[in-house]
Amino acid sequence: MGDHEHDHKPGFFVRWFMSTNHKDIGTLYIIFAIIAGLIGGSFSMIMRLELQQPGVQYLVDAAGNPDGHLWNTIITAHGLIMVFFVVMPGLIGGFGNWFVPLMIGAPDMAFPRLNNISFWLIVPSFLLLLGSAVIGGGAGTGWTVYPPLSTSGHPNMAVDMAIFSLHLAGASSILGAANFITTIFNMRAPGMTLHKMPLFVWSMLVTSFLLVLAVPVLGGAITMLLTDRNFGTKFFVPEGGGDPLLYQHLFWFFGHPEVYIMILPAFGIISHIVSTFSKKPIFGYLGMAYAMVSIGFVGFVVWAHHMYTTGLSVDTEAYFTAATLIIAVPTGIKIFSWIATMWGGSIEFKTPMLFAIGFIFLFTVGGVTGVVLANSGMDTELHDTYYVVAHFHYVLSLGAVFALFAGFYYWIGKMSGRQYPEWMGQIHFWTTFVGVNLAFFPQHFLGLNGMPRRIIDYSTDAQYASWAEWNAISSYGAYLAGLSTLWFVVVVVYTLFAGKKASANYWDVQPQSFTLEWSVSSPPPFHQFDIQPMVR
Amino acid sequence: MRQGLEIQTRWTYVFVTLLPLRNRKGLFRDMVTFKPYAYFRLLVVFAVCLAVSVLFGAGVSWAQGMKIGLQPPATDSAERIYDFHNMLLYIISGIVAFVLLLLLFVVVRFNAKANPVPSKTTHNVLLEIVWTIIPVVILIIIAVPSFKLLFKNETIPKPEMTLKVTGHQWYWDYEYPDQGDIAFSSYMIPSDKIDHSKGQKRLLSTDNKVVLPVGVTVQVLVTASVNDVIHSWAVPAFGIKTDAVPGRMNHTWFRIERPGVFYGQCSELCGKDHSFMPIEVWAVEKPVFDEWAARSKEDADKAQEWLQAEHSPADTSKGSSE
Repeated sequence: MGDHEHDHKPGFFVRWFMSTNHKDIGTLYIIFAIIAGLIGGSFSMIMRLELQQPGVQYLVDAAGNPDGHLWNTIITAHGLIMVFFVVMPGLIGGFGNWFVPLMIGAPDMAFPRLNNISFWLIVPSFLLLLGSAVIGGGAGTGWTVYPPLSTSGHPNMAVDMAIFSLHLAGASSILGAANFITTIFNMRAPGMTLHKMPLFVWSMLVTSFLLVLAVPVLGGAITMLLTDRNFGTKFFVPEGGGDPLLYQHLFWFFGHPEVYIMILPAFGIISHIVSTFSKKPIFGYLGMAYAMVSIGFVGFVVWAHHMYTTGLSVDTEAYFTAATLIIAVPTGIKIFSWIATMWGGSIEFKTPMLFAIGFIFLFTVGGVTGVVLANSGMDTELHDTYYVVAHFHYVLSLGAVFALFAGFYYWIGKMSGRQYPEWMGQIHFWTTFVGVNLAFFPQHFLGLNGMPRRIIDYSTDAQYASWAEWNAISSYGAYLAGLSTLWFVVVVVYTLFAGKKASANYWDVQPQSFTLEWSVSSPPPFHQFDIQPMVR
Repeated sequence: MRQGLEIQTRWTYVFVTLLPLRNRKGLFRDMVTFKPYAYFRLLVVFAVCLAVSVLFGAGVSWAQGMKIGLQPPATDSAERIYDFHNMLLYIISGIVAFVLLLLLFVVVRFNAKANPVPSKTTHNVLLEIVWTIIPVVILIIIAVPSFKLLFKNETIPKPEMTLKVTGHQWYWDYEYPDQGDIAFSSYMIPSDKIDHSKGQKRLLSTDNKVVLPVGVTVQVLVTASVNDVIHSWAVPAFGIKTDAVPGRMNHTWFRIERPGVFYGQCSELCGKDHSFMPIEVWAVEKPVFDEWAARSKEDADKAQEWLQAEHSPADTSKGSSE
């Protein structure tokens, strides 16, 4: 019987639409993230086109006036897509599903059907979100969906759709996280103690705990938003005894762990790549693992640093300033440990390593501007300016997204069985690197000059600012980054159809960096580890 | 002549060794035979040249007066923010430069060619303690002035007058309770009505100005109208930004140190015309303010006309290169 062969695959529909296989589900997540990334990225192209020069050229209504609401809808969709449908599915659903079971020597995830539901919740969630951008005038609330703008300010159904979209995405994340926690705690190969677990698995474990603890709070907040909108409750309405700031506290209690949810898996991926291509074991393994745990922990007690201008008491602001500054310590440990891993190594600069080194440097840049913004007194000046936009794009767009690319190039041979052509990957890296830096570095200057974020047009008459010049440069950089993303699509297609066949350990990963995914073929068999591996 | 040639050769050598060429002699052969990496290396050189020229261009444009920093401060609060930011800039630039140098050193010294045999180091307790302690020390160095700044800027001294600001979609209402109930609304002047000869600025100038005296401690009460959305009242040159939240009364303060025109914009997404509800403050000497206030009690519109005709302060919001 064919069913007894370990590489028996079901037919197309059953395999891809009813999948319970962690690798196939991971592949679905990665395809999903790439498609969503192209859509979210095209929104950012529209934004940079509009801001390239002063005046409103493209986003005008029928009468030729600036269509501010359309603009708000585009920035909202861009933010929500990139956070919930690109970075999270890519890093957690994609690489997490693919490599957590492989790295711990497990045959699959603990709850394969739950895994399937996780993925198939995120597809309708994404369709609802895209719908919310076109139906009922679109949801122009910003990704934070603050009331009263999201309640009395948006009377039609667009925001309801966005709320349902987030509900589904949240449910998907919680189910996925529960699955990861169970898998990691119960399905590790004999001998793999927690302190021998690969750092990517550690990062997924911490991320999963953050998801399980943070996402339900978002679910509660947006449910209250939904009832405020539709059923006459007054949770966030001052006339009814509610408070708009209650929503902000709830949102950021989720929202701040959320940024670590996006960056912790990136930390894990970067650790593996740096170790592999330096041919050295990771430096300070325990420090690296517990730095992630402490980042995850402290990440829960800093949320109100997003709210310094809302009228918190001065003592509250002082506390959140201090707590936020502390995060720089474990983050610094990680940066220095990566460099120490490279120190004394024998480094090969393959595309994943280039993205990893780029990540380390650019994440440092984004990290130090985070230290600036952590200070409440300073944030008064910079809150809601382009400085903040520059900061979070340096840690996410040049941090998390660099890790997505790094992981993709590192593992595409393992996942598809075909290796990308090195020169194509290197072109992608350099064009991306130059493009995103040109796009985002000038935004620091815009913000220091005082340009608010989320505006469709800016003045060129202010003598204290050079908004026209920096915006133009930023747009040119964004176009280059956009072109390099299209080039990435070319690389993906070329690799899948014409890439060279990859061996099991095509990076020649040395024993000191070895993880179990390199012990199986490329691509791995449909069901791996029929014989349980032992870890010494 | 000979020496010149030698120097030139040496520089060529340096330049060529900087290129990531594993097989320098075969470059042109590889290009002719269409080895992709030959072209790729040219691309790397191109990218580096592009980056260098962009940095150079940015440097030149900065030297030519392109603004990269905070707006010139007009209050003590903003001055303190300005100084604190300067200090932070030294620290963060130092950290970034340090990390960059470490990375460059590692890339040059420990690439596979320069160091074929990797070391087996896995940890170094002393080093790990050092790179935990030093960041803590740096953070303390940041935190002390940060708290000073915070408590100094947010502790309101005894106010000499009050300005009440109410945010609406999409304009601001201003009230002067201490000057007898002066109240007016302030809308952006539409782009097609902007008169540059009067010093008006597109997207920043308003029809009615917020008039305030120089050298007087002003308490600002900020809120948003009932059934409206959250806005944020910000004037960067004053170092303030306070959210206008429906049902809440936030307060902030400042004391303007010099006369001038100062601009700000709504800083919390508030819907369709969020980009078009600026703040324009005219800081005038106390006697002018008093006369304006007296005239305003009679007729707010006429008082604005009088002020704009007779006492338009010079626009002192020039850049930091001033």
